[in-house]
Amino acid sequence: MTVTPGWYMALAAVLFVIGTGGILLRRNALVMFMSVELMLNAVNLTFVAAGRELNVLDGQVAVFFVMVVAAAEVVVGLAIIVAVFRRRQTASVDELSELRG
Amino acid sequence: MVETVLFVIFGLAALFGAITMVWARNPVYSAMGLMLTMFSIAVFYVSNSAHFVAAVQVIIYAGAVMTLFLFVIMLIGVDKAEDRSENLPIQRPLALALIALFGSAVVVAGRLAWTTGVHNPLDPVNGSVEAIGNELFRKWVLPFEVTALLLIVAAAGAIALAFFRDGDDAEVDA
Repeated sequence: MTVTPGWYMALAAVLFVIGTGGILLRRNALVMFMSVELMLNAVNLTFVAAGRELNVLDGQVAVFFVMVVAAAEVVVGLAIIVAVFRRRQTASVDELSELRG
Repeated sequence: MVETVLFVIFGLAALFGAITMVWARNPVYSAMGLMLTMFSIAVFYVSNSAHFVAAVQVIIYAGAVMTLFLFVIMLIGVDKAEDRSENLPIQRPLALALIALFGSAVVVAGRLAWTTGVHNPLDPVNGSVEAIGNELFRKWVLPFEVTALLLIVAAAGAIALAFFRDGDDAEVDA
């Protein structure tokens, strides 16, 4: 059995679904954030696998840009989580219900 | 053959890490699971001859991002056991049903034949630093420069969020 790019894409799809499950099931803001990172990584893997399938380098360049944007997102997101924690003493998104009518 | 063995081993490791990340009560275990998954994905990048991307994956994700996550976990306390009671009673079954639906949709979509883009009949893709640099600084030089701006804005935003403490302004409540 040779490992075709389709296998990598299948694995990436499974990882993406697990990341979605993390978002839906967990209420800890940090773990939800990690799930977002997992989904980004899964998509990056499909980019690389597709680039190999088509013999083009664009997939890897796309992964590079996704990584840069993800790094910026992590910096701002973690700063927001820390700022919220300093005010509310919690990282649970269920307890942040100040906008409730 | 080598690729098959690597795929099986690190595929299982990636799945194990991902499930650990979602399942673990302790956020540190979640971070460790995610780190395992990211290392496994770096191995897959090497199998797909994306060597530069694999190195960046290890340095940025497994190195910098996960270290940042661990620092924040330490800052906001690791010893707090998260209570898993949901405020919305329908949330958990609905979430599981949505996951099942999404998973089956992915399986169905994976069975279709996808033809995307033009197949380049030339030599196989080469992910060396030289090749990526050629692509990045010729074809994609403007987006590359814009990411520099994005990173500056992100750094300034993070500093601003950390700089204005409670007490500097009148927004303090409770």
